[in-house]
Amino acid sequence: MWAGEYSFVLRNLVEKDFKVRYRNMSLGIFWSLLNPLIMMAVLTFVFTQIFSNSSGADYPISVLCALVPLSFFQIAWVSGTSSLQENAALIKKVPVPRQVFPIASVLSNCLHLVIQIGLLLGAVLVFGRGVNRYWLWLPVIWGLEILFVLGLTLVFSALNVYVRDTRYVVESANTVLFWLVPVFYSFSLIPLRYHEIYQLNPVAAVVLMVRTVLLDGKPPLVHTLGLLSMVSFGMLAAGLLVFSRLTKGFYEHL
Amino acid sequence: MSAIEFRHVSKSFPRLTGQQLLRTHILRWFGSGVRHGEFFALKDVSFRMQQGESVAIVGSNGAGKSTLLGLAAGLATPTSGQVIRNGRLNALLELGAGFHPDLTGAENLILNAALLGLSRRKTMERVEQIVDYSGLGEFINEPLRTYSSGMVVRLGFSVAIQADPDILLIDEILAVGDAAFQEKCRRTLDGLIHAGKSLLFVSHSAYAVREMCKRAIWLDHGAVMMDGDVSDVLDAYEGRALAPKEISASNSGREA
Repeated sequence: MWAGEYSFVLRNLVEKDFKVRYRNMSLGIFWSLLNPLIMMAVLTFVFTQIFSNSSGADYPISVLCALVPLSFFQIAWVSGTSSLQENAALIKKVPVPRQVFPIASVLSNCLHLVIQIGLLLGAVLVFGRGVNRYWLWLPVIWGLEILFVLGLTLVFSALNVYVRDTRYVVESANTVLFWLVPVFYSFSLIPLRYHEIYQLNPVAAVVLMVRTVLLDGKPPLVHTLGLLSMVSFGMLAAGLLVFSRLTKGFYEHL
Repeated sequence: MSAIEFRHVSKSFPRLTGQQLLRTHILRWFGSGVRHGEFFALKDVSFRMQQGESVAIVGSNGAGKSTLLGLAAGLATPTSGQVIRNGRLNALLELGAGFHPDLTGAENLILNAALLGLSRRKTMERVEQIVDYSGLGEFINEPLRTYSSGMVVRLGFSVAIQADPDILLIDEILAVGDAAFQEKCRRTLDGLIHAGKSLLFVSHSAYAVREMCKRAIWLDHGAVMMDGDVSDVLDAYEGRALAPKEISASNSGREA
C-alpha cells in the first residue's frame, strides 16, 4: 500500500540529517574530525605521562584505531535507539515503512564514520606506516560493524517505543563499553582466559582487526573475522525479526 | 468493488499510554500493577465505501474520527475486525508531516514526496508543478522557518495532492491557506472525485461536507450513530449538537 522507493526515502532522510546538522555550524565537518583528535590527545597524555607504563611512539595511533570504530558504535546506537520516538509524528500520520527511521539514523552516522576513517588513514600515513595490501580488509571489517549496529538499532529503537528507559540503558552500556574495549590498553595485556570472550564483543573484535591491519601490517585473524561475521549477521536477523514483531503496536504506544 | 470496507472493526488503546516506563512494565509482569483497562476508540464499526464514492465522517471531538482514518490508512491495526482496502491510498492526515524548519521549501518538498511514496523519477518530474501549485514562487528556496503557517500548509497540500492516489483520506485539512488557495484545493478535490477517485473525508465544516460528499457517517463515542444521505445525517447531527444541555443531562444520567 505504500508504493514508494526505499532507497529514495533513505537517501532523503540521510541528506536531511546531514544538512540540518551542518548548516548551522561554522566549522561544519571539522567537528567530526575534532572530537576523536581531542580524545586521542587526552588519552595519550594520561597514559604516557601519568600512567607511563604504556609507551611507544605509535600509542596515539593505536588509540585512534579504537576510538573511530567505538565512537561510531556508541553514537549510532544511541541516536538510532531514539529515532522512532523522534519521528512519532510521522509514524502516526504517514504509512511509510517504519524501518526507514532507525536505518536512516545509522546510515547518516556512517557518513561521519567515513570522514573519521579518512582521518585515521591519514594519521597512519603521518606516523610512517605505509599502505599495505591488507587494507582491502578494512571495508569488510567496517561493513560487519555497520551490520551489527543496524541489527542492534532495530531492536533497541522498537523497544524504546514500549519502554522509554531503553535509551538510558543504552547510554550506560556505552559508558561500560569504553572500558571493555581495548582503547587505551592493548589486547595483549588481557589475561589469556578472557581472550575468547573478549572477541565475542563485536566492537573489540573490530578494534583488534583494525589494529592488526593498520599497525602490524598483517591480515585479520580468520578466527576473529569468522566470529564477527557470525555475530553481525545474527544480530541483523534478530533485529529484523524483533522489529517486525513489535511494529504493530507503534501507533498505540507512540 | 469497494474501495474501503470495515467489517466489525473495534480499536482499543491501553490507558497506560504516556507512561511507558520500565516500572510499569515490571509491575505488570509481576501482576501487581494497577490495570488501567482499555479505552475503546471504535466499537464494532462496519461500512463499505464504493470506488468513486466520497464519504464524510462527522462527529464531535473524541468520537473516533481520526482513529478511523488511521485504521483506514493502515497506520494502526484493528483490535478486532477487518479493514479491507483496494487501490492505492494517500492519507492526507497531516500536511507537511516531517517538514524541517532548517531545510528550504524545495528540500522539504522532495523529502515529503519520498515519505508519501512518490518515486524518485515522479518527484523530479513534478517538482515544478508542485511549486507552481503552491504559489510560493521564489520563497521555495528559503528555509521553512521563514514561512508563515499558511505557506507551510500550502506547500504540504501541494505535495500531497501530487501522489496520485485512488483513495484519498483527508483529515480536517481543507482549512488551509487563504480563501483563494482554499478554493483551489476544493476545485482540485472536485476534479479528483470526477475522475473516479474515492474520498474519505473528516471535517467539522458542514459546508465543506455538503459540498464534497453525498454520503456521511456520524460517529459518536466510537460507534456509528447514522450512515446515509449527507443532508439527513448532518441534520440529525447538528440537531443534536445544537442541544448540548440535553446531551450532558442524558450522559450524566447514564453514568450515574
